Amino acid sequence: METKLADMEKQYIDLYQTHHDSIKKHAAPVTNTYRDAAFAKFQSLGFPTSKLENYKYTDLSEVLSLDYGLNINRLDFPLDPYQVFKCDVPGIHSFLYFVVNDGFYPELNEQNEALPKEVIICSLKEASGKYPELVNKYYGKLSNDKEDGLVAFNGAFAQDGFFMYVPENVQLDRPVQLVNIMRADVDFMANAHNLIILEEGAKAQLLVCDHTVDDVRFVSNRVTEVFVSENATYEHYKLENTHVKTTNLSTLLIEQKASSNVLANVITLHNGMTRNNIEIDLNGENCETELCGMVIGDKKQNVDNFTSILHNKPNCHSQELFKYVLDDLAKGGFTGKLYVAKDAQKTAAFQTNRNILLSRTAKMRTKPQLEIYADDVKCSHGATIGQLDDKALFYMRSRGIPFEEARLLLMFAFTADVIENIRIDALKDRMKMLVEKRLRGELSKCEGCVICQ
Amino acid sequence: MLTIKDLHASINGKEILKGLSLTVKPGEIHAIMGPNGSGKSTLSSVITGNPVFEVTHGSVSFEGKDLLELAPEERANEGIFLSFQYPVEIPGVSMVNFMRTAINEQRKYRELKPLSATDFLRIMREKKELIEMDNKLANRSVNEGFSGGEKKKNEIFQMAMLEPKLAILDETDSGLDIDALRIVAQGVNKLKTPENATIVITHYQRLLDYIIPDFVHVLYDGRIVKSGTKELAYELEEKGYDWIKQEVEA
Repeated sequence: METKLADMEKQYIDLYQTHHDSIKKHAAPVTNTYRDAAFAKFQSLGFPTSKLENYKYTDLSEVLSLDYGLNINRLDFPLDPYQVFKCDVPGIHSFLYFVVNDGFYPELNEQNEALPKEVIICSLKEASGKYPELVNKYYGKLSNDKEDGLVAFNGAFAQDGFFMYVPENVQLDRPVQLVNIMRADVDFMANAHNLIILEEGAKAQLLVCDHTVDDVRFVSNRVTEVFVSENATYEHYKLENTHVKTTNLSTLLIEQKASSNVLANVITLHNGMTRNNIEIDLNGENCETELCGMVIGDKKQNVDNFTSILHNKPNCHSQELFKYVLDDLAKGGFTGKLYVAKDAQKTAAFQTNRNILLSRTAKMRTKPQLEIYADDVKCSHGATIGQLDDKALFYMRSRGIPFEEARLLLMFAFTADVIENIRIDALKDRMKMLVEKRLRGELSKCEGCVICQ
Repeated sequence: MLTIKDLHASINGKEILKGLSLTVKPGEIHAIMGPNGSGKSTLSSVITGNPVFEVTHGSVSFEGKDLLELAPEERANEGIFLSFQYPVEIPGVSMVNFMRTAINEQRKYRELKPLSATDFLRIMREKKELIEMDNKLANRSVNEGFSGGEKKKNEIFQMAMLEPKLAILDETDSGLDIDALRIVAQGVNKLKTPENATIVITHYQRLLDYIIPDFVHVLYDGRIVKSGTKELAYELEEKGYDWIKQEVEA
């Protein structure tokens, strides 16, 4: 497998060397600034393997050894997402945008007309052409320094992405919804680079839904950079509901400035192989950060959430909660890196990862990783792996609740606090329903889009 | 109603019940007393189908049905209820949701339509009043953070909701102060009808001042070694269990 992976790396390197002019020609101009440097980095790093400490729970060698098509020349894919998908989260009233593979779909949605004029939501390519100063100021600032093969690969091959800019003191009263749809007739790979900027005192909620349409193998390798300025509030919900042939590689990089408030909730309902890198840098005082997520895995699904919260400044508060329910041959991985810099005094940081294995064949690996260099802090972490409580199961059965139903109630209760951390009521209600459906096994494959079908 | 014949049961290979027989008829209240470790709680666990116990011999029938063939939930839906000695906390499952699921599963088993939300809430309110249960408790997770007394009250509340034919109260008096004991006992008495039966498992005679038994049985070393009327309970309270042990071993 390793030689195969090396072969594929070589193919991508050849592809870049032969076609980098086409890649650049069709790309958002800003993405070309670092492209060659990113490529050079990928040449030296290659794809991450499970030999690397940060990737020890994810073995990508098999899925990345396969040959995927890339759409370097940006040919249009025949799909009108507005025809295929109807959002049915009752009462969510979002500003709705679609990215098909890695291309922003032209905006045709009348419900988006209410978007305040000063807010910019468009493709990165359009933004890069119209607002070069703004885009250049931020693009790559969080991702360029990462020593990560996937991020480097993205830097070399990503040509476009989603762009959102919320200016000073503008507060969006409705969530922005970004639906990523993978569609192709052949095994296919998409690389996208998203850029989200909130100026001082701005407020926005982004709901990212990852979906697959066609029954082919997909790799999506997305990097999202989020800049949250002073006193700004940002909520990021990532909901994955993809099919088992999907490899979803997602890097979410968030920078928080002083007194900002961020909630990130990463929910994997159904997938194939998923790696989420979630890195939040607290670069100002008095930041509030809530990072949570949940995984429901069965069959041979694989989910690895690698999280990192860096407390670089004093007086910040972070809270982290991840829960996994795994059955069959599912594998879960969790890393909770928590770094408290030497002068980040009065840090309060709490991390919890709890996991339930429903069968003996399911596997969970969890690793709290705390590095604390300040001496006046409150930090805690807890990680547990266990089974459903037999005593509680019997108690419920003794009240007439059948075994399967009792199990379901317990699993649902287990995940309830992650769902409670959703601050959009309509989405919270919808998630309760979806999680229940998923736990009942009624969501055994991606049904197009459960959120927007 | 309930007929237990020569019941043997063990846990992890250790035999706890060693040939227990008992017959309970509708309308009767039976008290089962006995020293620690005599098998009182095992008996209630085996009747309700706790999978940690293994029945090795004997039979248990309930209204003509072979109880040992039924899953715990089926036994419950046939009308058997256990008030747990140690009620289990279930974080994240609200009392309301728990009770509604239980009631509607019972109704489904009996081929009845689910209760409407308004009917359910009305019944819940009535039953809460019956045992003077704090309103707040119903909105919390099942038993989570409840005091010992609140947990026991909650058991009787669930019993009131499910209206069992046979209720087994396993050490319901333990951990209760006098006031709570009175309320719980009154609740049990209010739920009493000529059709249903109760088995009261207790260490002490105290509870039997409030819930008057028709029969008192002494369980010792996995068997019922002595049966009598409520006077037997007074005798035990006065003399302790030693004389029973001596009688058995003699």
